[in-house]
Amino acid sequence: MDWRRFGFIALIIAILFSVMVLIGRVQTSPIVIVTSMMATTIAVATPLTLGALSGIFCERAGVVNIGIEGMMLAAAFFGWLASIYLNHVYKFAPLPSLIGGVVAAVLTGGLFALLHALLSVTFKVDQIIGGTVINILAVGITGFLNRQLFFEEGSIFGGDVPHAPGTLPRIAIPILADFPVVGRIFDQQPITFAAILLVMVTHFVLFYTRWGLRTRAVGEHPRAADTVGISVERVRYMNVVIGGLMAGLGGAYFTLESVSSFEPLMTNGRGFISLAAMIFGNWTPFGAWAAALIFGAAQALQINMQFFREVIPPQLAILQISYVVGLAPYILTMIILTGIVGKTVPPAADGQPYEK
Amino acid sequence: MQLDNESRGMFWRSVLSAVRAALRAMLIPLLAVFTAMLTGGVVIALAGGNPIAAYVGLFQGAFGSARALSETAVWSTPYIFAGLAVSLTFRGGLFNIGAEGQLAFGAVAAAWVGYALPEVLGLSLPPIVHLPLAIGAGIVVGAIWAAIPGALKAYTGGHEVINTIMMNYISLNLVSYLLNGPMKDPDPLNVIARTPLIDESARIPPIVEPLRIHWGFPLAFLIACLVWWLLWRTTLGFEIRTVGTNIEAARYAGIRVKRILVLTMALSGALAGLAGAIEVTGLNYRHELGFSIGYGFDAIAIALLGKTHPLGVVLAALLFGAMRNGATRMQFLTQIPVDIISVIQGLILLFVAADRIVRYLYRIRVAEERVVLTRGWGG
Repeated sequence: MDWRRFGFIALIIAILFSVMVLIGRVQTSPIVIVTSMMATTIAVATPLTLGALSGIFCERAGVVNIGIEGMMLAAAFFGWLASIYLNHVYKFAPLPSLIGGVVAAVLTGGLFALLHALLSVTFKVDQIIGGTVINILAVGITGFLNRQLFFEEGSIFGGDVPHAPGTLPRIAIPILADFPVVGRIFDQQPITFAAILLVMVTHFVLFYTRWGLRTRAVGEHPRAADTVGISVERVRYMNVVIGGLMAGLGGAYFTLESVSSFEPLMTNGRGFISLAAMIFGNWTPFGAWAAALIFGAAQALQINMQFFREVIPPQLAILQISYVVGLAPYILTMIILTGIVGKTVPPAADGQPYEK
Repeated sequence: MQLDNESRGMFWRSVLSAVRAALRAMLIPLLAVFTAMLTGGVVIALAGGNPIAAYVGLFQGAFGSARALSETAVWSTPYIFAGLAVSLTFRGGLFNIGAEGQLAFGAVAAAWVGYALPEVLGLSLPPIVHLPLAIGAGIVVGAIWAAIPGALKAYTGGHEVINTIMMNYISLNLVSYLLNGPMKDPDPLNVIARTPLIDESARIPPIVEPLRIHWGFPLAFLIACLVWWLLWRTTLGFEIRTVGTNIEAARYAGIRVKRILVLTMALSGALAGLAGAIEVTGLNYRHELGFSIGYGFDAIAIALLGKTHPLGVVLAALLFGAMRNGATRMQFLTQIPVDIISVIQGLILLFVAADRIVRYLYRIRVAEERVVLTRGWGG
């Protein structure tokens, strides 16, 4: 990750923030708008950050994973389902139910990742097809169970979706969160904090531990790694599953942290966008996080703009059409992939099955 | 002239060996389908349903009556086009996950020509002009929409997998804007995002009233033959397949690789757009939001199940059409949600892709062939 690219990211985020300030300054002071934007940006970037970390673990070990979207969707559903079961059937209090839900989501991600590892490492299936299998299966299973369990006659909850135990509570960081106005940024929900922490952990693991060195060796030159006695299969399995756990945590964000309900297809392409964040971040944790923040900022703009619908100045009238801002992350992804803003270098053995 | 016994024998032997080769090619896909249905049955049973009743309902719904057969054909039609679209890119070494978006835009374009063009031009068009115009618009718009990621791949290296997915979301947003805004059906009773009905002159007639099966179904077979002809009997097809097999060799042989990459995507998009246009002109007579969702991934499964061969794609599309159609009756009879079909389709893809599982389960020793598409993300 070079500084030029971080500069570009900062510029884009600054532009998105300025647009918001321009729109909202009639009603609210810029400082309040900027802090609110920052807080929202960090929060909505969470699943993208975790998805990108998931991709980094897989691809640094040489396994392309386009199944992150499916892993997140499945994790969102099963995490939510677990929290409802714990709360309603086993009569746990809301908070333990939610924590149980997060655990279930993380494990769901890991389980789907195990399938991906089985397909791509053991069976040497084309990795993009393997990921597609996961995406289709996740859509099917979540859609099927959602209807079978909640909406059909004679379903367990009597054709009615029971109340979910809410969302994870906010945690305010002592001292930092006590600052007036800007304190809001340090008052977030747990998965958001976890994602930021995991960015640092991943950076450390990848670049400062023996495990990270082995992972990168397997992703860059599996034969050389094999020659010095590293088990390519084992390293790939482990990394894909770790990636799955991350994607699972990202999935938990949707149904346990952001809102307390599940809708079919609710991940809405975020898993794919996190791959773009990973690529734009050049397969580094901090780079991917920064890229995730761009998408987060675009989404934060879309969310915050709804409060100022009435006061959008006529020069920016085009923003009235929420679709225009809604398109930004997708178009941005495509622009980034062209390499206009700097070439990216994937791990050399990315996507190639290893044959002894 | 009379054939002597020996040459007649040779003729039959060659027919027999061709049939045997075809059966051998179909063995793994058939076993994959069988295994997936079996696994799907386990899922149904685990979720508290009766798998046998479910499959009986599925079969009845798909083949039980003339109407069921007609509906299966109706369901299969877009699957054939979309499956061909995806398989064409596989042959060219590309992965088009964007059939869904291309299909949606093809449908929107065909619908617009169908309901608005005569008004805009201020004259009434005869069916012989109007219908081809509507279908043509779908083809062209689909082709352009797919050519964008094709060009990005060829000239900037931006990976078509991510780009086609992004364009799916862009098209979903744009189409939902169009159908909720400028193209919304102005009927005061209408509350959903859909276009007005297209003119009579832009509609494909049904084959036998009152069944819904229309001439788009035989057209799909014709197009499948055309794709086969294109791939194996034309220079362009040869170039597409060469680029797909070995891009370096193709470049060395003097094939203009970039041009072929864009063309392959455009042709694929044209087929997907055609799928959308045929749905509008032959079946729904309008485009409705949400109608196109899921086609992209289904098409990938169909292309792979059909081993990316036009004949295989047609068979796979018929199977998927039958399942989707039969699922409605299955849900009606047994309360098992239609979504189980997506699970089964995912499993089919799983077993087709990981054919080693199938080989192991049934102890098959036919030579393996492997599809390799992944080429990293193109830095």
